[in-house]
Amino acid sequence: MAGSQEIRSKIKSVQNTRKITKAMEMVAASKMRKAQDRMRAARPYAEKIRRLAANLSQANVSEYSHAFLARSKVEVVKRVGLILVTTDKGLCGGLNTNILRMVLNTMRQWQADGATDIRVTCIGNKGLGFMQRMGANVISQIIGLGDSPHVEKLVGPIKVMIDAFRDGELDAVHIAYTRFINTMKQEPVIEPLLPLSGERMGTPERGWDYLYEPDAQTVIDELLVRYVETLIYQGVAENLASEQSARMVAMKAATDNAGSVIKELQLVYNKARQAAITTEISEIVGGAAAIAG
Amino acid sequence: MAMTIHVDVVSAEESIFSGLAEFVVLPGEAGELGILPGHMPLMTRIKAGAVRIKLPNDKEEVIFVASGMLEVQPNLITVLADTAIRGADLDEARAMEAKKAAGEAMANRASAMDYGRAQAELAEATAQLAAIDRLRKRRH
Repeated sequence: MAGSQEIRSKIKSVQNTRKITKAMEMVAASKMRKAQDRMRAARPYAEKIRRLAANLSQANVSEYSHAFLARSKVEVVKRVGLILVTTDKGLCGGLNTNILRMVLNTMRQWQADGATDIRVTCIGNKGLGFMQRMGANVISQIIGLGDSPHVEKLVGPIKVMIDAFRDGELDAVHIAYTRFINTMKQEPVIEPLLPLSGERMGTPERGWDYLYEPDAQTVIDELLVRYVETLIYQGVAENLASEQSARMVAMKAATDNAGSVIKELQLVYNKARQAAITTEISEIVGGAAAIAG
Repeated sequence: MAMTIHVDVVSAEESIFSGLAEFVVLPGEAGELGILPGHMPLMTRIKAGAVRIKLPNDKEEVIFVASGMLEVQPNLITVLADTAIRGADLDEARAMEAKKAAGEAMANRASAMDYGRAQAELAEATAQLAAIDRLRKRRH
């Protein structure tokens, strides 16, 4: 029975692996549901603030126009900001690889188009590690958002980027994250964030002539910062839902693979066992024949 | 029946209240605001405090908000509640913290952006994924 002990212990170890991947799959499935709920829960606020911003952008052009909205079209975007949303942990298939590849190509394109200054804000460990190894200019970061991202944690890192744009140090800011389409499909996207485009906000329902307290400028400033934060928060929430569903799919594949590996090993084990028995019997028969003879 | 106005209280993370009300009291930045149906369009910041919503059935809903924005249209009140306690200096401190974290991490970075290396790293990861895919297909 040489080798069969080894095969048995190998089977044991693959079975243990399968237990772990199975557990991770189930954890990811339940987290995915929560992440999707969170995504949905964030929608009413996003919808409200989008409408408000749209109303404002129309109602107030004459009184005060904000740096986020009004910016004379820059021909060549020389200084670009990028907010990169990735996951903190791995084991989620090609999710991070896909977004990072897209980001890398886009950054190359920017440079080819004449961008000289690219600054990055990293949300999530994977993107941060990648940007560091690449030697990109990371101006702010946040890692370890956990399973329930809070706006509170995002405020600081985002402010660094927004301030840079407001002060005219950046011509444009983009956000890169993985959009959640459904459980099986997630799509990496890079979207322009600042300056805010009218398209994204939609057309206002009707131009209200608001009364501002204390004054228009303060109120619009506050509102637009919140609007930008909301857009980013939505990206983070979608990314989280994408992460969990990608992990669930990856872990399901791993569990299935472990299952087929166990099957194959079991076959090999059975064969080895049968061979050992056959040898033993033929030895006994041979021995008996020798005595009888 | 008394006149009513639609009230929505939402935060970035969830919808808190949505329904009709007869009268709403809010902690406006310049002082308490009492809003009845038909109020003129108004936009302001609100401070931390209680939002009291008088419902048509004579009950009262009280919601505490950290701070936020208030928008009033003649037939609609929207309260955008912040989930975090905000303030210029507080936000500044948060920004500084995020900057510092990035600065420390960037201290030992390569001098120039190294696209080649990044590309190689990604190619490796992609190859691994492709290999896993092929393995799976072969098995089935």
